[in-house]
Amino acid sequence: MLTPVVDDDGAPFWEYAAQGELRIQACADCGELRFPPRPCCPHCRSFATEWRRVAGRGRVWSYVLPHPPLLPDYAEQAPYNVVLVELTDAPRIRLVGNLVSEPGARLDSVPVERIRIGARVQVVFTATGLPQWVLERP
Amino acid sequence: MAVLKDATAIVGIGQTPFAKQLPEAERALACRAILAALDDAGIAPDEVDALASYTMEETDEVEVAKALGLGDLTFFSKVGYGGGGSCATVAHLAAAIATGQATVGVAWRSRKRGSGPRPWKNTTAQLPTPAQWTRPYGLLRPADEIAMLARRHMHEYGTTRDHLFNVALACRNRANQNPAAIMYDRPLTREMYMNSRWISEPLCLFDNCLETDGALACVLVSTERARDCRRPPVYVHSAAQGLPAQHHGMVNYWNDDPLTGPAWTAARHLWKHADLTPDDIDVAQIYDAFTALIPLSLEGYGFCGRGEGGAFTEGGALEIGGRLPLNTSGGGLSEAYVHGFNLITEGVRQLRGTSTAQVPGAATCLVTAGEGVPTSALLLRN
Ligand SMILES: [Zn+2]
Repeated sequence: MLTPVVDDDGAPFWEYAAQGELRIQACADCGELRFPPRPCCPHCRSFATEWRRVAGRGRVWSYVLPHPPLLPDYAEQAPYNVVLVELTDAPRIRLVGNLVSEPGARLDSVPVERIRIGARVQVVFTATGLPQWVLERP
Repeated sequence: MAVLKDATAIVGIGQTPFAKQLPEAERALACRAILAALDDAGIAPDEVDALASYTMEETDEVEVAKALGLGDLTFFSKVGYGGGGSCATVAHLAAAIATGQATVGVAWRSRKRGSGPRPWKNTTAQLPTPAQWTRPYGLLRPADEIAMLARRHMHEYGTTRDHLFNVALACRNRANQNPAAIMYDRPLTREMYMNSRWISEPLCLFDNCLETDGALACVLVSTERARDCRRPPVYVHSAAQGLPAQHHGMVNYWNDDPLTGPAWTAARHLWKHADLTPDDIDVAQIYDAFTALIPLSLEGYGFCGRGEGGAFTEGGALEIGGRLPLNTSGGGLSEAYVHGFNLITEGVRQLRGTSTAQVPGAATCLVTAGEGVPTSALLLRN
């Protein structure tokens, strides 16, 4: 499986995720959240940042079901789901992820018919600190 | 921009055959396409003093200029973001010629994607997208990234697979008329479309462009010079690039409104500096790496309202004789996928009256580059 190729701006996200926390970059001056992480605030041009903990709840904004040809590790689980989750705390922050039955489960562990736009989801973390999503009402 | 309006014209086009596999290297293919375009224009290679291509083009200006015996170059330019660069190569040359930096410009694209590697198969290299936020989750290919927008468009606006089929069919029908197209002799039916394998639901096999080997080129000169060329000039009436303030590339998911892509930005500039409106367009060549890009582009370029791009395709609107005949050489979906450069050359053929699927009396043509990446567009007229 692919692991995140982390850059300087993104590193804190993954460090917090490894501790089981979902945190989003925010401007320490004007308070605006931003994603993906960036060195400068596009609203006030401040370079001061903080990482704000969010509740980790959201709704499915859209989803796709990739089929082969895919990289081998992914092809073996295909068709699987990739969801785009809009955070309840911050509706314009949308995170790409997978909807799974439990942390670390296969990417195809939730039946396709259970996936729908608007479904409420909750963040969970794999053993390696990758955020995933489970249905609030499975 | 007043200085650019109709100040330059495309006077030559050229291309190699299109195929899944061509024996020659990209550099040789590029040279053949450029020489064909110069011959079409009746301009000698040593008169060329400007070149433009894509940053993803691997045949660079030095090698092309040396191989073809071009003149001293006083302008050269490369445009980023893959398929978003096609129309901008012409726009850059137009700006250079209109402002006196050069006199004869050549734009080209040579590509061996039919037989070459897929860049997104690389498991470690960073793509020009924020890959750390997407690829670990299995959002691996451009089709997966665009399918996410397609699903949302379907959910929000009632766009259907039949609408996407209308797009695929219009391109295939035109390719069936075009002997140069890879799908020349291969008709598409609704049954074939609906029963084809999935690539990334909701996109199926026929929603995806063809991986192709081939090269194309076009020649641009001032309007004044164009009068002396071999072919009737096709004027660059308006040109635009578009990189929206919040744009994030293929995964435009962090825009306030991900369904409002770069087309909207390019369109505002394009129409603002044109004497034409969408109602005046006779034929369109709209970038079609995926069928789902067409509804988004139809909305962005103002042919219909927001959310109406799917419904626009109904009733044969995209066929010859319809409201907006589309991709009349077959486009990326059915002629060849060479990063959209074939859409430019087909726009020229329509305005010369020499297309294999000629729109009677076509006098205006919109050509667009990749929607989903920082993009570009041209309004051509004869
Ligand atoms: Zn700020």
